[in-house]
Amino acid sequence: MLTKRIIPCLDIKNGRTVKGVNFVDLRDAGDPVELAKIYSDEGADELVFLDISATEEQRKTLIDLVRKVASTINIPFTVGGGISSVEDVAILLQNGADKVSINSSAVKNPQLINDLAQKFGSQCVVVAIDAKQIAGEWVVHLVGGKVPTELNLFNWAVEVADRGAGEILFTSMDNDGTKNGFANEALAKLSTLVNIPIIASGGAGNIQHFVDSFAVGKADAALAASVFHFKEIEIKTLKQELKNNNIEVRL
Amino acid sequence: MDQEKTQSSSTPPSGAERLVIINYGAGNIQSIMFAIERLGFKAVLSNDPAEIKAADKVIFPGVGEASSAMEMLLESGLDTLIPTLKQPVLGICLGMQLMCNHTQEGDTKGLGIFDVDILKFSSKVKVPQMGWNNIYNLKSDLFKGVSENEYMYLVHSFYAPNCAESIATTNYEVEYASALQKDNFYGTQFHPEKSGDVGEKILGNFLKL
Repeated sequence: MLTKRIIPCLDIKNGRTVKGVNFVDLRDAGDPVELAKIYSDEGADELVFLDISATEEQRKTLIDLVRKVASTINIPFTVGGGISSVEDVAILLQNGADKVSINSSAVKNPQLINDLAQKFGSQCVVVAIDAKQIAGEWVVHLVGGKVPTELNLFNWAVEVADRGAGEILFTSMDNDGTKNGFANEALAKLSTLVNIPIIASGGAGNIQHFVDSFAVGKADAALAASVFHFKEIEIKTLKQELKNNNIEVRL
Repeated sequence: MDQEKTQSSSTPPSGAERLVIINYGAGNIQSIMFAIERLGFKAVLSNDPAEIKAADKVIFPGVGEASSAMEMLLESGLDTLIPTLKQPVLGICLGMQLMCNHTQEGDTKGLGIFDVDILKFSSKVKVPQMGWNNIYNLKSDLFKGVSENEYMYLVHSFYAPNCAESIATTNYEVEYASALQKDNFYGTQFHPEKSGDVGEKILGNFLKL
């Protein structure tokens, strides 16, 4: 049976992880390769690297990082952040990334989704959508949730699926950072509207939240950052608990 | 093994494995290259028929869309070469599907090595199937030392129905063949290079055939 996936997300700046990480057994808390290896060994099903480098110069170090990660770990990984063209994606894939995640560039230029799907196949095109509720409507936001667009979450999700996205990474800005659980109602609605996998993101605080994202939110995968980085939840324990709750996982 | 680790891939002295990955412009080949290196082997990328023919083992990768991948094979003449190869050949993902008779994707005629037609999953399930699923009914040296029901990483919208050449089965909407073998030809729907340590073991088994 196809299992539900657990995906740690690492924020990368200038080739290093940013935000805190709290692994006592790390030689270098900022080394994404070392962290990737630890997550992979603990049973992560995939990894996401989100590059938040500000300059072109810093971005070059991302390519080196992608190569190092790809040569070290033997599970799939996605790279997102700052991708706006077919060429950007070609370079990442040539260096060993398995998928790319696009967000603002897809909103600004939806044709990019079609172009990437056609050129590289839908399987490597993840469209990330950040949204929050405004007067009861889920509105797509850009720039980490700061800038609202005119797009409705559900309409946009249907459109990106039609254009050839292989997967949707939905982050609820209302839930992100709250540790109060995922936006399960919106997640479940997404799953009924589109027939591609949905990754839940934003709000993970405890193991029950992951259980709910799958059981209630019908998500295919759940992504989190800080609960893993700070070892509030260990991936092994999490997956065992999911199994105990009759959620199929790879142990 | 140790010899192979240190020898250059482009000019292998006698006794070393010559491992060729068919490079016809389809898919992410880098992750296969890295996995092979982790196993202590070296591979060359090539679309040169003479080099492919002379290889001890051949890997036939593929990610992307079937009809355009098949077109690239036709252009390079690899469509006639591949079915005549005598050494062990491993098709991965789309590579495996192209080794079959036909695929519904783009209504594409395949290489006809495996006697089965590739079908599309219905909309009763999410398509593509993406993630880790278990493999069972394992038959073949490819799975030496691999337990039943190990999880492999799969990403695909089309599948090979169970058939006489099936050497592994997976269930997604239907029970289907997640690996095939006929004589020296092997195919895996899953990505051994992305399926953790067990996937690496399967890739290693192929390299040691």
